[in-house]
Amino acid sequence: MEYCIVGNSAAAIGAVEGIRKRDKTGRITVVSAEIYHTYSRPLISYYLAGKVKIDKMYYRPLGFYEHNGIRFIGGKPAAALDTKGRKVVLACGDEIPYDRLLVATGGKPFVPAIDGLDKKNIFTFHKLDDVKAIEKALDGRARAIIIGAGLIGMKAAEALSCLGAEVIVVELANRVLSSILDEQAGALVRDVMENHGIRFVFENTVKRVLGEERVTGVELADGNRLECDLLIVAIGVIPNTDLVKNSPVPVNRGIVVNKKMETGLPGIYAAGDVAEGDDAVLGVRRVIPILPNAYRQGEIAGLNMAGDEAAFSGGFAMNAIGFFGYSIATAGVPGGPDYEELAVLDPDERTYRKIVLKNNRLVGFIAMKDINRIGMLTGLIQEGTNVGSFKEKLVKTDFGYLDWPCELRRERVLAGGGL
Amino acid sequence: MKKVYAREEYCTGCGLCQVHCITAHSPYKDNIVKAYKKTFPRPLPRVIVEEQRPVSFALQCRHCEDAPCVKACITGAMQRDPATGVVNNDESRCVGCWTCILVCPHGAVARDERGKKAASKCDMCSGIHEVPACVAGCPNGALEYRGEREKEA
Repeated sequence: MEYCIVGNSAAAIGAVEGIRKRDKTGRITVVSAEIYHTYSRPLISYYLAGKVKIDKMYYRPLGFYEHNGIRFIGGKPAAALDTKGRKVVLACGDEIPYDRLLVATGGKPFVPAIDGLDKKNIFTFHKLDDVKAIEKALDGRARAIIIGAGLIGMKAAEALSCLGAEVIVVELANRVLSSILDEQAGALVRDVMENHGIRFVFENTVKRVLGEERVTGVELADGNRLECDLLIVAIGVIPNTDLVKNSPVPVNRGIVVNKKMETGLPGIYAAGDVAEGDDAVLGVRRVIPILPNAYRQGEIAGLNMAGDEAAFSGGFAMNAIGFFGYSIATAGVPGGPDYEELAVLDPDERTYRKIVLKNNRLVGFIAMKDINRIGMLTGLIQEGTNVGSFKEKLVKTDFGYLDWPCELRRERVLAGGGL
Repeated sequence: MKKVYAREEYCTGCGLCQVHCITAHSPYKDNIVKAYKKTFPRPLPRVIVEEQRPVSFALQCRHCEDAPCVKACITGAMQRDPATGVVNNDESRCVGCWTCILVCPHGAVARDERGKKAASKCDMCSGIHEVPACVAGCPNGALEYRGEREKEA
């Protein structure tokens, strides 16, 4: 069996490990546009801030490809797919034949058409090369503007601030991390960031980039101007479906896949940030661009590619993220008028915990600062447990098994947890 | 694989499992006094004791077969030992992002923020003791170390 995996991040590695559970000998070729050994994309902000060195960024040990009998082709982007001839065509002209193909090309930064984006010192914040370039451009007390107060923009802001840069974040919404936090939680994080000198401009956006050869500032939609030495565009990430663009592989927002991560074309699978898998909470197919989801989808794809019958049980949004030591954990739906919400806030301690329910099923939570044992709630979402009899206990920061109904608790603790 | 099972009917909530766990993970694995008096910072206990009288029990990582923490780990620090089945966190590669805490359905991973940030969890005393220290040190037999299908004693 000839396997080809395009991509070299969490979904790709998940697939390798899935394939190797079933098939120890089939030939696996991993093709990556990047030259690097598989590394963790979420760690790039840690790298920029100097918190991890390159050798601690590797997602798997250096001997991983050799150990798994993988032919690794790095630094060579895949350009096209020949579904009839069953081969991947690389930009350099080389062709990789396959019996089973996984498209794990991930996401790519969404960069809107803003006037003046062709200047120097303008970056996205997605890959290792992005932060290496930012590192080079940083010079003394640089002034940085970041467009977007989402997960990426906020981590970029934290890293640059740690390096002594003056940071201003421009955000279209009225708060930070608006996709995962409610107003209450957003205000708490904003406060932490502002205490570290980061400034925010909300409900505004960059209309034009100023400068000659290099960026020197931006003009906002409201006409105000801000000066800067570097600009980071962190508006969002979209599925990188370029490889299948001129192929019959069905694409909606991401590549459409079934529960086995099959695209519907013979032997072609997709997983990770490029794929639209099941959202177990919302009950729809959508792209959930987070690493745990990518790995799990990749592993399911790998198992199926190797002839197994594995089904993706569905993922949902979840994030553990921190800023200057302030921890945030969220999962599922952040709330809204269609849901029942229970919340406890302590503004002095900056702690907040909100749980979101629908028909006595937990469908989401937000936990700020105190995130101990929060995974119990994630498990309850995943399993769709009826929490009606103990839902008011879910907001306790010391929520534990003793708060569960006795039978449920015993079943889980004594069964030994083969979840 | 062999795992540790709580028998809440025998647990008195004394917390000795935590004392023995701390000791086993200190540089003085067989000496409680030195572990407590000479180790700074003292290791965190990797076993949780839940108590609400009269019920109490100890809980540690269940070393799930399909471990969510291993799949979710963003650095690759959390791995299952293919030989023993034990889920271990390589603290040198852990950056303390707490994704494992976000996904552990048992709430069995803790934050250790006293030095280098790292997730702290039961390692089944791998490479330290043959039988996990919490089990060996429980005065009541409230923790059992046995295979999944072996009958409760």
